[in-house]
Parts: sequence; structure tokens; C-alpha cells
Amino acid sequence: MSPLNAYLLLSALLFSIGLAGVLTRRNAILVLIGIELMLNAANLNFIAFWRYGPNPAALTGIMFAIFSIAIAAAEAAVGLGIILAVYRHTKTTDLDQLNSMKG
Amino acid sequence: MDWIVKNLWLVPALPILAGAIIALAKQRHRVFAASLAIASMAVSFFLSLGAFVHVLSLGHGESVRQSFNFNWFQFGNEWLKLGWILDPLTAVMLLMVTFVGLLVFIFSIGYMADDKNFTRFFCFLALFAGAMLGVVIANSLLLLFMCWEVVGLTSYLLIGFWYANPRAAAAAKKAFLVTRIGDLAFFLGMAWLYSQTGTLLFFDGGAGCLEHSALTALVTHTTIFGLTISTGIALLIFCGAAGKSGQLPLHVWLPDAMEGPTPVSALIHAATMVAAGVFLIARIYPLMSAHIASLSVLTPTVALQVVTWVGACTALFGALVAVAQYDIKRILAYSTVSQLGYMMMGLGVGGVSVGMFHLITHAFFKSLLFLGAGSVIHGCSGEQDIRHMGGLRKFMPLTFAAYTCGMLALCGFPLFAGFWSKDEILHAAFAYSLTRVPFYMGAFGALLTAFYMTRQLFYVFAGASNRPAAPQDFAHEEPAAIEHGHHAPHESPAVMTMPLVILAVFAVLLGFMGTPLWPWFQSFLDGEHVIFSFAPFTAALPLMLVSSLLVFLGLGLGWLLYGRKPIEDCEAPDALEQVQPHIFSVLEHAFYVDQLYDATIVRLNTWAALLCDWLDRWIWNGAVQTFSHLVLALAWLDNFFDINVVNAGFDAGCQTVSRGSRTLSLLQAGRIQGYLRMIGLALIVLVIFLLWGARA
Amino acid sequence: MTLFFLIAAALTIAGTAAAMSLRNPIHCILSLTLGLVGLAVLYLQLGAQFVGFTQVLVYVGAVAILAVFAIMMTRSAGSPQQPAFSRSWLSGSAVAVVVFAVLAWAISSALPSTKIVPPQPAVSVNQIGDALMHKFALPLEIIGLLLTAALIGAVIVAMPERRETP
Repeated sequence: MSPLNAYLLLSALLFSIGLAGVLTRRNAILVLIGIELMLNAANLNFIAFWRYGPNPAALTGIMFAIFSIAIAAAEAAVGLGIILAVYRHTKTTDLDQLNSMKG
Repeated sequence: MDWIVKNLWLVPALPILAGAIIALAKQRHRVFAASLAIASMAVSFFLSLGAFVHVLSLGHGESVRQSFNFNWFQFGNEWLKLGWILDPLTAVMLLMVTFVGLLVFIFSIGYMADDKNFTRFFCFLALFAGAMLGVVIANSLLLLFMCWEVVGLTSYLLIGFWYANPRAAAAAKKAFLVTRIGDLAFFLGMAWLYSQTGTLLFFDGGAGCLEHSALTALVTHTTIFGLTISTGIALLIFCGAAGKSGQLPLHVWLPDAMEGPTPVSALIHAATMVAAGVFLIARIYPLMSAHIASLSVLTPTVALQVVTWVGACTALFGALVAVAQYDIKRILAYSTVSQLGYMMMGLGVGGVSVGMFHLITHAFFKSLLFLGAGSVIHGCSGEQDIRHMGGLRKFMPLTFAAYTCGMLALCGFPLFAGFWSKDEILHAAFAYSLTRVPFYMGAFGALLTAFYMTRQLFYVFAGASNRPAAPQDFAHEEPAAIEHGHHAPHESPAVMTMPLVILAVFAVLLGFMGTPLWPWFQSFLDGEHVIFSFAPFTAALPLMLVSSLLVFLGLGLGWLLYGRKPIEDCEAPDALEQVQPHIFSVLEHAFYVDQLYDATIVRLNTWAALLCDWLDRWIWNGAVQTFSHLVLALAWLDNFFDINVVNAGFDAGCQTVSRGSRTLSLLQAGRIQGYLRMIGLALIVLVIFLLWGARA
Repeated sequence: MTLFFLIAAALTIAGTAAAMSLRNPIHCILSLTLGLVGLAVLYLQLGAQFVGFTQVLVYVGAVAILAVFAIMMTRSAGSPQQPAFSRSWLSGSAVAVVVFAVLAWAISSALPSTKIVPPQPAVSVNQIGDALMHKFALPLEIIGLLLTAALIGAVIVAMPERRETP
């Protein structure tokens, strides 16, 4: 398989690992980390396409990746802030217990 | 057209206008009210004088009748026309009504001086005068009817002038209702006439309903009982006249109408309103005397026969009842009924001029008698029972003299006015082609007239004073009673005695314009030249002697029973009563006619009213109540339905929604990872879908 | 498919797999760091040096450290008392597996196996800076705005609630 395929496969694997973590872990922070992983997988995808794509001189992939990293950092900060606020209210980060939006 | 004919409408319009203006004035403006009414009457009198002179100047024959007609309103293609007419009949009636009216107005100033409602009295009097003059000049049966109704209305208002007195209110109501019965027949006759001839104008240049073409049309067709249509219409209209003029079955209101003030009795119920019925018959005389071609002109028509018989019976009836009355005005009232019967009889047997002559003379001497009675009542501070009067000739000489003139004129004493006019009637009755019975009835009535007037004269003016120490009853509310108290009888002021004197002069002299020697009045009315000749005089001489004999007989009988021995005891029964108590009692109660009506018609009316009340209360009201209960039940049902079905349904629906939502919300476990799982699955589905799509 | 790539890939996968499966959250973060570093190496291999360094700087240097702070502040530092995985871990992992299967199938069936490998582009930081200032100036500004908003937002959200004294 071509290098691009390999990178894409790797990115898909990372994405699935991240998704598995999001869907199965109890701790809210680890769920957030899983989301970060998924973003990283997407970044890898962008860079891979930039490298093996038709027009690398346009730097589109790199730009996208840079912006994605910046946004992911902001989102991580806000998300962790929210988790902290929730923890202050409910004294737990266990997602199974945070079901007050139930029914 | 001459000025006076075109503006003849002013004659009734001025008093009506005066009445309308007085109606707006306050009660304290007495001088204003009286002067306005009298001024309007005076102007109308001068206009009537001018009209009379104008008619005199016109000569004789058909040209002597002038009318002015105009369109009133249009319905369909036709115009309803009204108009007024100036002919000899109109001219003499105008003169009489305005002149006597003027005198009565002047008398009222003195008579009603103490009354609180002085202004209202003059308002009603002016309205009455205007309406009566309207009846006189009307050329349209419709206009005549309208003014006729206004006359009836003002009569009601004036009879019930002292409305707080229950007797006066009842008398006014009775007068209105009884005349209404007659007016109903009048209206039917009017409608029938209109339907047959298409016009209600009397004279319209050949097209009027009293003119030749219309009359021939009416005469040729026959209706029920084989009568001609003209007879049918004439009889219906005569019913109206009978009501207004107090002829026999409908006379019951006239004696009760004496509850009104005496000037009212003098003007309305002696001279003018009651004469309106006679005037109406005189006006529609061509209709009443319209012959079918086969009948001889000399044979009277059925209508005129009815008029004659009713008149004769009324004349006799009135005279009989007057003999046994004790109230000074009631004697005069029944006397009026009797004399109206004479006038009708005169119209029936002799024609327009005979009846109208007696009407004119009667107006003068009867109003004189009433005014004199008013003067007596005023002088006696409200006393009206003749048994409580007596010897008044010492206290009221002027009134006594005038009253005697009037009394003699009424009796038909030779050379007084009543003698000439009553004699004309008796002469025509004697010459009546069908039968002599009306003549005998009239003659007997003349005898009775002389008798009861003598009785009254002796009771009131002769003998000793029989006034009781304390006044008997003040239920009459005659104005003098409250103010003057127990004063001795006194002569009335000049404002009241001057009209008496003037009327007395006429009562004596008026007859001379219609003697057989020089029958100016009759010729004037008939539109012919007057001929001064001895022939009719000598022909009438035997009858004149007979009637004079009757009068003297009556006077003598009266003197015999009442004048020879002065009446000392006021409580003693009447001389006649002592002789024949049962007959006297029947006469005193006027043949119990009122009681008969009460037992039959009035009772029937009461039952009908009770039936209607029962119907209204149980049937109509019941239906309304049922309906309302039905509506309420429907509303309750609606409410029940609304609460239990609609609301419940809606509530159940809402509950289903909330239960459904509660059920659905169970899907929301509140756990983020569950949601994310769903999103993941959705992503997979989306990708597969896209890829499949891309492939295809 | 060089050896270098395989080693870097294995490193990344190991690190991230461990990050998602270890019990102790601190251990998870440390493994994550390893995985992120592996990713950075892959970026370098692909020739996006700037992105690689940015990855280390931001992700490893800021996000991971932030996560550690958050874990410590929420007292989930020690061994957790409750189980690490949620009650429905099976359905979650099943979904992840299915997602990977679909993506892998999509990748393998979409692109041709052999392709001409283009030459390595030479990109310098100068070029990136130039592009940022000219072509991508607007996104740059928006990112700046976003970061400001996120900054303020995070502060406000995480601020302890002030009791209003009457």
C-alpha cells in the first residue's frame, strides 16, 4: 500500500482508539483527552494529504493543522474549566453519576 | 281665486297656532294666554265675517260654492288631495262657531279666574276652536275626519280638565270611548266611499264624491239587504254623527260630560262639537239623499228615514229624562240631547236648511242657558242641585233676565228664535210623506221641553232661598266653591254677564231671519233667491198656532206644579215624584240605559280583558318561560358537555402527550457516553451512505 | 512504509492505547504524552517540521499539563475507587471497532494501492509566516479572537462562585 494509505490507516486507528476511550472511560477528563486524540488523528490526516496531495505549495494542510491545534488547545482549556465547575457542584467526575439530565 | 277663499285656512289655523303657543307658556302667564286666545278667535271671527260677506256677494246657484284643493301626498300613481270649501253652509257655521266661541272665551276669563290651570284651559279651548273650524271648512272627508278626531281629543281634555276628580276623569274616558264607537263606523264608511269613488273630496269640479257622477255610480250598485251603496256609506257615516251628536244609543256620554267646567259645556256640548254631527249630515246631504232612478224624488231615502227615526226617538227620550233631573247642568244636557234629536229629525224630514236653522238658533240659546247656569253656579259658590237653590232672581237679576230669554227661546215661545226654527221642523214633520209619527213625537217633546224648563226656572230663580246652612258636597271642584265659601248668592262680574246679554239678544232676534214670511236663511243655504211673501206664512199659520198652544200648555203645567206654591223644603220629593214615583224614578235614571250598557257591553269587555290577561299570563308567558327554561337546559347541557367531554378530552390529550413525553424522555439516560455512542453510530451510517452513493 | 514509520506508528499507538486503558489517570496522561510525541515524530517525518514542533509545544507542553492539573484538582489522582470503565463499555468499544472497520474499508477501497510518490516539499517557517500574514490573515485574526474568548470563558467558568453578601 502507498504511504498515504498507511498514514490514513494509522489516523483511522488513532481516531478509533480515541473514540473507544470517549465511549468507555468513566472519568470526564479522560473523555476529554480522548476527544483530543481524535483531533490529533484528524490533524495527521491533514498533514498526510498535504504531503501526498496535489498542491503542497499552497500550504493548506499545514495551515489547517496549525489552526486545529490552536483550537484544540482553547477547547481543552474551556472543557477542563467546565469539568472543574461540574466537580465543584457534584464532587465527582464520574460520568455515570452525572446523569441529572436524565428523562 | 278670491283672497278669502285661498286663505280660508287661516280661520282654523290661527286658533290652533294660538293654542300651540299657549301650550309653551308657563301657568302664570294668564293674561298672555287669555289675550292670545281671544285675539286669535277675534281675527278668525272677522275673517269669517269677510267670508260670509263674500258668499253673499256671489249671488245664487252653483257659483256660490267655491273650493280650493291641493295635493297632499302621493302614493302609487294617485295623489291624496285635501282642500277647503266656502259655501253658504260653511259661511254660517263659521260665523256661529267663531262668534259663540269668542263670547265663551270672554266668559271664561271671569269663570276660571280662580282656577290654577287658567292657561291650560285657554290652550285647550283654542285648540278646540281651531279643530272645530277645520271640520267646518273641510272639503275632504279625510280632512274633516282628522279635525273631527282632534275635536274629540280636545273634548276629552276639557271634560277631564279637573283630572284629579275621579268622576271627571271617568266622564272624559266615557265620552272618548263612546264617540270612538261612532268614529269607527265613520272610518269604515269613509274607506268604503274612497274605494267606490276614488276620491274623498266633496267638490272637485265635477269629480268630487258629492257630485253628480260619483253619486250616480254609488246609487246604481246595491249591497247587503238590497240597500244602495250610497245608503250603506251614509248609514256608516251617520253612526259617527250619532256618536258625536249624542243620538239615542250613543247619548250616554253627554250628561256625564257635564263634569267639565261650564264654559266647556256651553261651547262644546251645546253649541259646537255636538252640532258637528248634525253639520256632517248636512254636509254629506247629497250622499244621503241620492236616489235611484226609479224612485220618486219625494220619497225619502232609507238613510234619511233612519236619520229621522233616530232623531225623533232621541228628541222624545231626552225630553222625558230631563223632566226628572235635579242637577242644573244635567237638565240642560238632556235638553241638548233632545234638541239634537230635533235637528236630526229636521234634516231627515225637511232637508239641510231646516236642520241647520235649528242648529244655529240652538247654538245661541243653549250656550246662553249654559253660561247662565255657570253664572248661577258661580254665584252660589259651587252649588249645582236645583233643590238647594231658589229665589235667585232677587240676587242675580241680570242672569235671571238673560236666562229667561234663553229658556223661552228653547221652549219655542212665539216670536223667540227657537219658535221659528222648531216650527220649521214640526211643519216639515207634519208634511212628511211616509208617516206622521215623528211629528207626534216631536210635538210631545215640545210640550215636555216647555214643562221641564219651567220646572227648572221655578226651582232656581223663584220662591224662597233654599240654600242649606252648610254646603252639601264639594266633589265638583267648581272654582267658586273654594274661594267664596258661604257667601250669599251674588251677581257675577261684568265679564261674565256681558256675553249673556249679547247671547240673549240673539236668542230673541235671530229667529227673524228664517220666518216663513221672509225665509232668508233657508234660501241662503239652498242657494236661491229669497222671496218675501205671505203665502207660506198663511200656510204655516195653523201649525204655528198648534205649537204655540203646546208651549203654553207646557208652561201652564209647569207653573201649576212648581210655581203656584213656592218650594219651601229642599228635601221634599218633587211634585211629579209624589204623583207617579215609579215613572219618575225610571226617568230620573234615564231609562237605566247606563246600567244596561254596564251589564252587557262593559261586562263583556271586562271578561274579554280578563281572558286576555289569563292568556297572557299562562299561554304567552308560559311559552316564553318554557322557551327560556329550554335555553337554560341547553346551556346546562352545553356546560356539562364542555366540562366533561371537551375539557376531559383536552386534558386526556394533554396527559397523553405528557405521558408520551415522559416515556420518550426515558431514552435520555443523562449519560454523555450514551449520546456519543449514538453519534458514533450515526457517523458510521453516514459514511456508509456516502460511500455507497459515491460508488453508485 | 519504512521502518522509521513503523516504529513511530507503533510508539504512537502504544501510547494512545495505554492512555485510553490505564486505570490511574496520571498514568494515562503520561502515556498520552508519549503518544503525542510519537505523533510529532510522524509530522517531522512527513516534512511538516513547524507543525511537529507546534504539536510538542502546545499539546504536550500545554494541554497535557493542563489535564494533569485538572486531574489533581479533581482528586482523581490516586487509584480510583470506582472501576475505570463505564458500565456500558462493551457497546462503546463495539461502536469504536465498527467505526474503525468502516473507515479502514473506506480507505482501502477508495485510493489505488500504488501511486507515484511526489517529492518532499521544502517548506520553511518563513513561508508559513508569510502565508499566515497574507493569505490566511483573516483566519489568524479569528483564531486570535477565539483564543481570547476561550480564555475569558475558561476563567469565568472555572471561577469559584462568589456568595453575594447582603
